[in-house]
Amino acid sequence: MIAEDCCEPAPVGVTIPARPQIALAGNPNVGKTTLFNALSGSLAKVSNYPGITVERRRAPFTLPAGTADLHDLPGTYSLNARSAEEQIALDALVGIGSERAPDVVVVCLDATQLARSVYLLLQCQELGARVVGALTMVDEAGAAAPDAKQLGALLDCEVIAVTARTKRGLPELVAAIDRALRAERRERWRWTPSPALRTSIDAVKRTLPSTWPASDALALWALTSIDSSEHDRDELVGVPDELRAAVAKCPRDLDDEAVLARWSWLDREIPKLGHVKPDRSATERIDRVLLHRAIGFAVFAAIMAALFMALFAGAAPLIDGIDRALKALGGEVHRALGDGVFSDFLADGVIAGVGTVLEFLPQILMLFLFLGFLEDCGYLARVAYLMDRVMRSMNLHGKAFVPMLFGFACAVPAITATRTMERKRDRILTMMVVPLMTCSARLPVYTLIIGALIPGKRFTQAMLMVGMYAFSVTTSLVAAWVMSKTVKPLKAKRLPFIIELPPYRWPRTRDVFRMMWLKSSMFLREAGTVILACSIALWALLYFPRHVPAGSPDYASEIAAAPTDDARVSIEARANAAHLESSYGGRLGHALEPVIAPLGFDWKIGVGLVGAFAAREVFISTLGIVYAVGNDADAQSAPLRQALHDAKAPSGRTAYPPLVGLSLMVFFALAMQCMSTLAVVRRESGGLAWPAFLFSYMTVLAWVASFLVYQGGKLLGFA
Amino acid sequence: MPSSLAEVPLGNEATVHAVDGPRAFRRRLLEMGLVPGTRVRVVTIAPLGDPLQIEVRGGQWSIRRSEARQIAVNT
Repeated sequence: MIAEDCCEPAPVGVTIPARPQIALAGNPNVGKTTLFNALSGSLAKVSNYPGITVERRRAPFTLPAGTADLHDLPGTYSLNARSAEEQIALDALVGIGSERAPDVVVVCLDATQLARSVYLLLQCQELGARVVGALTMVDEAGAAAPDAKQLGALLDCEVIAVTARTKRGLPELVAAIDRALRAERRERWRWTPSPALRTSIDAVKRTLPSTWPASDALALWALTSIDSSEHDRDELVGVPDELRAAVAKCPRDLDDEAVLARWSWLDREIPKLGHVKPDRSATERIDRVLLHRAIGFAVFAAIMAALFMALFAGAAPLIDGIDRALKALGGEVHRALGDGVFSDFLADGVIAGVGTVLEFLPQILMLFLFLGFLEDCGYLARVAYLMDRVMRSMNLHGKAFVPMLFGFACAVPAITATRTMERKRDRILTMMVVPLMTCSARLPVYTLIIGALIPGKRFTQAMLMVGMYAFSVTTSLVAAWVMSKTVKPLKAKRLPFIIELPPYRWPRTRDVFRMMWLKSSMFLREAGTVILACSIALWALLYFPRHVPAGSPDYASEIAAAPTDDARVSIEARANAAHLESSYGGRLGHALEPVIAPLGFDWKIGVGLVGAFAAREVFISTLGIVYAVGNDADAQSAPLRQALHDAKAPSGRTAYPPLVGLSLMVFFALAMQCMSTLAVVRRESGGLAWPAFLFSYMTVLAWVASFLVYQGGKLLGFA
Repeated sequence: MPSSLAEVPLGNEATVHAVDGPRAFRRRLLEMGLVPGTRVRVVTIAPLGDPLQIEVRGGQWSIRRSEARQIAVNT
């Protein structure tokens, strides 16, 4: 019970490992990440835990005993778990799975939330971890902050007060970790299980897998976490059937005992350290405004509008700049290497593919900056609080509002924004509907179609555009509701929706920027490489083979013999169109024709749809090549609009009446035509199953909807 | 007078009597310190009438009305 005990030299028999592993645990919002950054300097690596998108941060740092690794565990209020996400903290603390158990566990203790943070520390001690307490938020707690020495004496471990901003207490914390390495492990319980609970613990302990440590605490964890009942089944991973069966045999009303026993110890001991209550009046005053019926929503709308405009419009010049720079670079490559397959590959395949990835970067950086700021200052939890009532009616999480809003700019950053939700089910459901929002890549396509194929006054055309936005909001909300009722893993479960509304705090700029950089570089590494590979593959699909069909004119000699520049450009455009038609992608467009003919589309649109898979707006430049109006057609291109307007079907009638335009817009609104979105869903959902589902359901939905529009319109006599 | 947390008027305090509901929900609430005998205060009600912002042991949480109904309190 005396703190000095911990500071004695290593007992005989305790050997310090060559590279000690230190884990950093704590409740959410206790300054854990700031402490992690302060301890580890700038060498942190971010990755995901295998199979789930919970970020895993680790960094080397120096102890007197040598170089050690510091692991930042996900913030948690308890080690008991229902889901794979919550299970991570326990696995990392006990050493289940690939990792070995950490040699020392540093538990962050929030001076303003002492009892609650000590609760987690008690669980760590029950497991037999060597624990050091890091007392944070001392400044904020003011007179309510406990004395670190007294707290250490009470908890039977060293407790160091730290202020990560000023580095106060960090050397002492490092020294305490080093001393703890030399201490013996022992399980420390503050309460004695009742005979009934004892019997259950003993029974379950016998069936723990041989790879898990056979401890009472782990048996208790299994008893309280594993739940095999039909309606309330847990989502833990790696629980053997034998263990599940043993837990199922035990009486189920034992949960309360352990929790109540810990709290009764806390309620007895913690008040002895002081009776002053932390002052939360500043946060309450801010909440009175920000959560106010009228003002609160106005501020909320203003913040969201500002973020959206920054993402939508603010990133545009940067994206254009990247686009121009890479186009110029591609031109240089062509000039330096001359024409040929290799220079085409380099310029149009590799460099353009890198461009596709880099063009996401401005939005991704901004998004992580905004989200980091909103999360750290405490407002993101308020977004969930304000929007819960609305989002819940579609079985979506309150925080899903943010990704869905960002979906109007681009689904790729929007899907990375789903990380702010804790539960996988909430994240996946949001990911499945975000791609239905009218993203900025659909805009030029709609502009072209409306301009070329839909007759009418400007007002009608503008209303049609507004209609497409309304359509996308409706379909995504309805899709969320339908999927939450029909797709088993997405069904709304009766899980509690209890989120902490942390005190407002001014975020630490360095932490926010650092997280922005770490997360963005992870995006480049994991999603960027897939996007690059896909765009090169797609380029090859539309480029090879290089021969034109038999009987075509000899374009090369015609180009050489062209009398004027204009004539040469026009022959080149026809040559490109012929190449594209005979490419694998062109043949795919032909092959698709029977499938898309019932929607009113011909093979040329089919080729455009193949090209659109790189990014929806590529539909336009692909059509530009097909119609031989040049490689750089955009939505405003008059020749392309004219060509589409004048296009004739083999029957001699107009190929694209307004009804086809409408059918095409509906198809673009609903179809999953974006490989980058699929790549990022694959990364965020941790596998291929969800991107495959997303692609299938959206494509089927798009086909059926376009079919109904086109065939229905024909029946009504619109074609 | 026992009633549920959902019926506590805005700004008022009550004492937790018992927590009901599904197992995971019960355990989560107990672990955050909402054990019998703890004081709870309703700090704000969201603009759309749901959820509630409650204060427990100096920490503030968002909880839905349907969930607050599972918490029996003495006022």
